[in-house]
Amino acid sequence: MAHAEITAASAETGQRVEYELRLYYWMKLIRAFEDRVSLLHRQNKILGGVYSGAGQEAILTGVCAPLQPGDFVAPLHRDLGVFLVRGVDPGRLMAQLMGKETGLSRGKDSFLHGGDLEHGIFGSTSMLGSSLPVAAGAALKFQIKKEPRVAVAFFGEGASSRGDAHEAMNFAGVRKLPIVFVCENNRYAYSTPLEKQMAIENVADRAAAYGFKGHVVSGNDLLAVVQLAEHVIRRVREGGGPELIECKTYRYRGHSEHDAALYRDQEELLEWQSRDPIPQYESYLEKKGHDLKRIRAEIDERTRAALQQAVEFAERSPAPAPAEALEDLYAPAPMNPASNGRT
Amino acid sequence: MEVTYLTAINQALHEEMRRDENVFMMGEDVAELGGAFKVTDGLLAAFGEDRVIDTPIAEALIVGAGVGAAILGMRPVVEMQFGDFISCAFDQIVNTAATLRYRHGGRAACPLVIRAPSGAGVHGALFHSQNPEAWFTRVPGLKVVAPATAYDAKGLLKSAIRDDNPVIYFEHKRLYRSIKENLPEGDFTVPIGVAELRQSGRDLSIITYGGTLHQCLDAASIVAREDGLSVEVLDLRTLLPLDREAILATARKTGKALIVHEDRLTGGIGGEVAAIIAEHACESLDAPVRRVAALDTHTAFSPSLEEFILPNANKIVAAIRGLAAY
Repeated sequence: MAHAEITAASAETGQRVEYELRLYYWMKLIRAFEDRVSLLHRQNKILGGVYSGAGQEAILTGVCAPLQPGDFVAPLHRDLGVFLVRGVDPGRLMAQLMGKETGLSRGKDSFLHGGDLEHGIFGSTSMLGSSLPVAAGAALKFQIKKEPRVAVAFFGEGASSRGDAHEAMNFAGVRKLPIVFVCENNRYAYSTPLEKQMAIENVADRAAAYGFKGHVVSGNDLLAVVQLAEHVIRRVREGGGPELIECKTYRYRGHSEHDAALYRDQEELLEWQSRDPIPQYESYLEKKGHDLKRIRAEIDERTRAALQQAVEFAERSPAPAPAEALEDLYAPAPMNPASNGRT
Repeated sequence: MEVTYLTAINQALHEEMRRDENVFMMGEDVAELGGAFKVTDGLLAAFGEDRVIDTPIAEALIVGAGVGAAILGMRPVVEMQFGDFISCAFDQIVNTAATLRYRHGGRAACPLVIRAPSGAGVHGALFHSQNPEAWFTRVPGLKVVAPATAYDAKGLLKSAIRDDNPVIYFEHKRLYRSIKENLPEGDFTVPIGVAELRQSGRDLSIITYGGTLHQCLDAASIVAREDGLSVEVLDLRTLLPLDREAILATARKTGKALIVHEDRLTGGIGGEVAAIIAEHACESLDAPVRRVAALDTHTAFSPSLEEFILPNANKIVAAIRGLAAY
């Protein structure tokens, strides 16, 4: 191997190592953020519906990491990690959850309904599955304009029962749209278990019916998710048409913080927690020869500082003024509507 | 050149797609067929299949994908093949589209037009005759227009396409080929939110929109001829936001208001118009506010039933005479 090639290869390896450590940081940050949100909810500092994604961090980390600026993501209601991985300021995100003026929706809507289009994140509604047609529309735009971008639509196995999911996947298949459907199958839709949701084992099996590929992967295995997502996203970006990734995972907390999830078997929870994505990834890093103890201490310090800053920013941010309830309903009229006729 | 209401819509689509390459069309049978009513005829040939898109039968997808494209800077014009089918896209309209800007803290726009051929009097029966505007006229974040003339059909569609908000554009099927008018050459728009006085009068005001405008004008000329009554006719044109000033001005001027629409009586926009007049122009009134609307039933098929249910010039004449007697 020529010298230049060796340098390039090791630079690439170096970048990969850095990238893999960044994935770890994100997953830790998301988990710490989730835990803090649950705590702040118990302290009545975050009101309303709070939907923890604890246990599912590997999925959004692994799927969002290979994305580029300009790609479009429609997260589901427990995907606050999408916002963090896509680069939304944690302070603004925390302010959003606290209903503050500085939040993404300026206090208009709760939790993750305030999107951030500057970071390519759509604020989904509570009508689960309804963001899939929207993501298909974003992919349609990329296709019409011949832009090398992808749309990613996250949804749960519960939302897969909605007609919107079918309509979006069918259309995506027909038009060969650049869209990745990512199912976070956490086995429960609120209290409804998988067996009452669908008569088949895998949501991914439905992809064949729409004329594209479906993949099943362990949603608790970050390395598996990211490797699959990298391949899928590259193919979709290159015009190969839609693909579906189903990530098998488990929701640690209740549907929302109000829900004690007594309908679940405690042993089932413990068994899934033994497959937690964070230690799994840590053992991978250790096997690669990293000094995990040092890295973990460093990252814990970084996440602690980031969270402290985020909470302080959000707490010190003002509440919106009451009359702002009437703002942001309509975009202003075009400045100069061309008209030469009667009105 | 005289053009029909339908051709006016078709012209607006051609001109806006030519003017702005981000405008595109999507719906069931809009491309190859040119639409069930031929409203989109010729667009596929002129602009190609990337911009004139036939979709599966999937109204939620059509509107939802319209939203997705719109928030990224496109200006989709999506078609509900019949306005009746808009119910299948209800959630995407009232939740996804209408709240979009609000829940994104004002940092998003949704320049989406939803064309909905609506209205009865064409033997369409229960599912091809509906006037579903009132499902949407109470939803903040939406705009709702209902043109009654070829000029307004063209001008309002252009305004809707250039607007940065979701606009539902109700086009009345009965008007497609039944009315014609000379349109000016070149580009013109009709502003959203502005009513138009179709006829000035002294004795009584009719406030209407869409398909019933022409019945109201017929009724006004009958009572002018037979009763010597001078009737003012206000065409709302936009149902959300309502032109409150124009409504109040005509009610105050004549002191008598008759509201006419083809939508059902109960919960129709006429109730809101009546409330605006009652709250703000009560002292100017010489008579109760009256309404003529479709009966509170479904739009039945058999002609004897349909005629009984829908407003027409004779029913409007009778209401005018009743009101004039005060």
